[in-house]
Amino acid sequence: MAGHVVPVRIYLAVFAALLVLTGVTTAIAFVNLGPMNVVLMLAIAVTKATLVVLYFMHVRYSSRLTWVVVSGGFVWLVVIILFTMSDVATRPSLP
Amino acid sequence: MADRAHSAAAHVAHHFDDAEQQHGAAALGMWVFLVTEVMLFGGMFTAYVVYRSLFPDAFGHASSHLDVRLGTINTAVLICSSLTMALAVHAAQIGADRRRIIAWLVATLLLGTTFLGIKAYEYAHKIHQGLAPGPAFTYAGADARQAELFFSIYFAMTGTHAFHMVIGAGVLTWLIVQARRGRFGRAYYTPVELGGLYWHFVDIAWIFLFPLLYLIGRH
Repeated sequence: MAGHVVPVRIYLAVFAALLVLTGVTTAIAFVNLGPMNVVLMLAIAVTKATLVVLYFMHVRYSSRLTWVVVSGGFVWLVVIILFTMSDVATRPSLP
Repeated sequence: MADRAHSAAAHVAHHFDDAEQQHGAAALGMWVFLVTEVMLFGGMFTAYVVYRSLFPDAFGHASSHLDVRLGTINTAVLICSSLTMALAVHAAQIGADRRRIIAWLVATLLLGTTFLGIKAYEYAHKIHQGLAPGPAFTYAGADARQAELFFSIYFAMTGTHAFHMVIGAGVLTWLIVQARRGRFGRAYYTPVELGGLYWHFVDIAWIFLFPLLYLIGRH
């Protein structure tokens, strides 16, 4: 049983990208970009998480079934947040 | 011992066709567990999103009481620990010498402990400042009630995360003991792989916690 062996240089590249993105997101946080601050912050966090899932967690090399389970989990995360917010944001009585 | 680690057949339970299928089933089962973990943290992220949308200014001000320097250092520490964990799995996968597997696992454990040490220092400092929610909560700025909500969410989420790190440290310790006994090799490294999946998941949770808690009130 071998599984897919990811070359060490890919791990190092992902590692470097994660550190650089951490630096970028911290630097951006100190600049006032209005609503773009949140957008960029989340975009960078999602990019970092995707890198970890695909390479460190080997999903890129896993079976289709694993892909379905992993994406299903994150789709439901989006559902819980979006549906809750669609309620909260449309109630005039909340402070 | 060498035979055990290198013959795949010895590790295959009777209800699996081969080692490959058994490994795939184990990884899939781990992912199903991790999806429930996404839901656990997801509920708390939802609470955060709801209250931050209601009190954006109070959350921004409360967030600026956190130490960005320590938060950034801890993020880097956790990313380093994910790399060493990935290298431990890699070493087991290619059938490297057990000392190399153990070295990467120990490095991961040390980095995880460093993270928890820094976190404990931050907690002590916040409690000392009176920022722990409860009767002793003291907050100089405006909107103290809403700021208390932020700190409730901060302690609940980082506390749940730290608890996962403690469990992860236990898993790593067990893996180190098993690796010392020569249990892992090219033919069988499933526990290292699954421990790695768990460790990386905890890293991902922090990847979102760090900007949402530490960085929202800086500009």
